[in-house]
Amino acid sequence: MAHTPARELGAGLFILLGFAALFFLSTQTTNVEAYVDNESYMVTARFEDVAGLKERAPVTMSGVTIGRVDRITFDSEGLNAVVTLRIDEVYNRIPDDSDASILTAGLLGSKYIGIGAGGSETYLKQDSQIELTQSAIVLENIIGKLLFKFGESSDGEGNAENAAD
Amino acid sequence: MSAISAAMAPMIEVSDLRYDSAGRRIFAGLNLAIRRGSITAIMGPSGTGKTTLLRLITGQIRPKSGQLKVDGAEVASLDRRELFRLRRRMGMLFQNSALLTDYSVFDNVAFPVREHTALDERLIRTLVLMKLQAVGLRGAADLMPAQLSGGMSRRVALARAMVLDPDLLLYDEPFSGLDPISMGMVLRLIKVNNDVLGVTSVVVTHDVEEISRIADYCYVVSGGQVIGAGTPAELGQSDSAMVRQFMSGAPDGPVPFHYPAAAYETQLLGGQRS
Amino acid sequence: MNTASFLSRRLIEGVGKLGAVGWFAIGMLAALPYVLRRPALVVQQIHNAGVLSLVIIMTSGFFVGMVIGLQGYDAFSRLRQEDLLGAGAALTLLKELGPVVTALLFAGRAGTALTAEIGLMRATDQLSAMEVMAIDPMGRIAVPRWLGGAISVPLLTAVFNSVGILGAYFVGVRLMGVDNGAFWSQMQEFVEPADVWEGVIKSAVFGLVASLIAVFEGYTAEPTAEGVGLATTRTVVLTSVLVLILDYMITALLL
Repeated sequence: MAHTPARELGAGLFILLGFAALFFLSTQTTNVEAYVDNESYMVTARFEDVAGLKERAPVTMSGVTIGRVDRITFDSEGLNAVVTLRIDEVYNRIPDDSDASILTAGLLGSKYIGIGAGGSETYLKQDSQIELTQSAIVLENIIGKLLFKFGESSDGEGNAENAAD
Repeated sequence: MSAISAAMAPMIEVSDLRYDSAGRRIFAGLNLAIRRGSITAIMGPSGTGKTTLLRLITGQIRPKSGQLKVDGAEVASLDRRELFRLRRRMGMLFQNSALLTDYSVFDNVAFPVREHTALDERLIRTLVLMKLQAVGLRGAADLMPAQLSGGMSRRVALARAMVLDPDLLLYDEPFSGLDPISMGMVLRLIKVNNDVLGVTSVVVTHDVEEISRIADYCYVVSGGQVIGAGTPAELGQSDSAMVRQFMSGAPDGPVPFHYPAAAYETQLLGGQRS
Repeated sequence: MNTASFLSRRLIEGVGKLGAVGWFAIGMLAALPYVLRRPALVVQQIHNAGVLSLVIIMTSGFFVGMVIGLQGYDAFSRLRQEDLLGAGAALTLLKELGPVVTALLFAGRAGTALTAEIGLMRATDQLSAMEVMAIDPMGRIAVPRWLGGAISVPLLTAVFNSVGILGAYFVGVRLMGVDNGAFWSQMQEFVEPADVWEGVIKSAVFGLVASLIAVFEGYTAEPTAEGVGLATTRTVVLTSVLVLILDYMITALLL
C-alpha cells in the first residue's frame, strides 16, 4: 500500500477538527452543567394541578436554580400529582417546612418550581416531602372565573367601581 | 496415482463444459486439456467466450455443468479459502492491463507481494526491481499508470502477474492494440517465461500469426465447442474449412462476410427498412 | 391498467434493489476483519471523503447559517423575540438542516466520486485483477470506502453546524444587532443535550447509508463509461430520497 504521510496527516487533522466542532456544539449551544449528575438528593411534593410543568424544569429558590424536576407521576390513591425534585447536594440546609409553588416564567413562559424558605431548624433530606404546595396557575381557569364574575355582576359599572375603591 | 503420473496429468482439464450468460449459450460441451509447461493458445472469432473461459479457470464464475479441473482440483467445488490458495499460484494478464490507477508502477508490482507475504521492504524492493528488469521497465518504477503507453502498461501488468512466480499464467488478448515493437516484446516475454521458468501458459487470442510462432498447441473455439486442435502447422492443414478460414484470415467462407439478412434485391426493391 | 403494471414493476424493482443493497452490506461486514488489520486503508478514505469535502461543507454551512440568521431575525422580530434567534438557529441546524444538508452535499461531492472511482475500477478490470491475485476487492476497496465515508459524515455535520451557527451569529449579532449575550444565553437555555444527540444520531445513520449507496452503485455499475455515468446519477438520486425518508422516520422516532 502506498504510504502518503500528507494524506494521513490531513485525515488526522480533519478528525480533530470534527471532534472540536462536536465539542463546541455540545458545550456552547447547550447548558451541559445543568444536566450533569452532581451529588443530589430527592424530595417529593404533591400538587393539585401541575399543568404545563415538564420534567427537567428548574427548581429555584430566590430565583437561583438549585435543582431540576426529576419525575412527574399521578397518584391514583390521593388523586393528585407527585413531583419528584432532584436538588443539588450543595443546598442541604433548606428548612423542611418550606413551601413549593409552580410558577410561570413571564406571562406565557415555561413552568418552573419556586421554593419559599420556611423557618424550621430541621432540613429537607433524601425522600422528604414538601407539605405546603401551591398548584400551577392555569390562565384559562382564571380568565374563566373572571368572565363568570363579570357575568354575575353584569348589572352595572357600579359594582366594578365599588371594587375599584 | 504415482507422483510421475500426477506430474504428467494436464494442468487444466476441461470436459463437457457448459455455460450460459444472460440466456445466451457460451459453451456447449467444451473439451480441452492443457499440458504442464506448454504454451497453449485458445483461438477463435471475437465473441466466442474466450475471456469467459479464463474467468471460469480463475473461478470468478461457475459453469452451468461439466468439469473444469486446475491441477487436479475441481474449481467450482472449492470453497473460498481453497480458491484463494489456488489463485495465488496463478497469474493473469488482463487485456487492458488492469493496473491500480492510484499506485505507481513499483507499488503495482509490489502489491501482491505485500498482500500475501510478510517480506520486509528491502527484500520486496529487490524482488520488484528484478521483475521490472525482466520486462525492461526498471527505469519506469516511479511512473504512474496514466503516464505509461499501452505496451508499457501491459509489460508492467505482466511483471505483476509473475511477481509471485506462479505455476500458471493466463494471458487475455496480450497482443491486441499494440504496435509491432511492443507486440514483439510481449511475444518474447511469454516465450521466455515459459522456457526459463517452466510456467504453463494459456494465451487467449485471435492474433493467429503471432501466436503461431510460439504456441506448442492450439485450440480453435467456435460456437461453444472446440472445432480444431493441434500444433499451429497441423491446424493450417486442417480438414475443417472453418479452421482453415480462421487460420488464414480469409474474409469469407464458412463464417460468412454478411450478417444474416433478407435477400439484397428484395430489400432494396421492396423499399422496407427491415 | 398500463400505469398499474408499470407501478407494480417499479415497486418490485425497488424492493429487489433494497435487498441487493442489504446483501451487499452483509458482504462488506463479512470482509470487515481484513480491514481491521489494515486501518491505514480507512484513514486514506477519510482523507478522500472528509478532508476533500471540507471546503464545500464549510462554505455551504456558513451561507446556510447566514440565511437562517436573516430569516430567523425577520420571523422573530415580528414576534418581538429577536433574542431567541440563537436558540432558533441552533435548533434548526442541529436537529434538521445540519445532518440533512451535509448528507446531500456529501452525496454530491464524495458519493459521486466514490461511485465513479469504483465503477471505473470495475470497468478497467482492476477489481477482477485483485480477485485473481487472491485479494478480496470487497475488503480492499469497498469496506474502507464505506467506513471512511460513514466516519466522515458525522464529523462533517458537526463542522457544518458549528460554521452555520457562526454564520447566524455573524448576520444576527453583527449585522442585525441582536444582543450578543442574549444570542448565546437563549441558545443555551433552550437547546438540550438531546437535541445535539438527535443530530449526531441522524448524521451517523445518513453517513452509513449515503456511503453504502455510493459504494454499492460503483461496485455494481455496468462496466462501461455509460454505465459508470448512470451509476453516479443513481447515487445522488437514491441517496437524496433515502436521506429525506430516513430523516422523517428518525425524527418521528426520537421526538
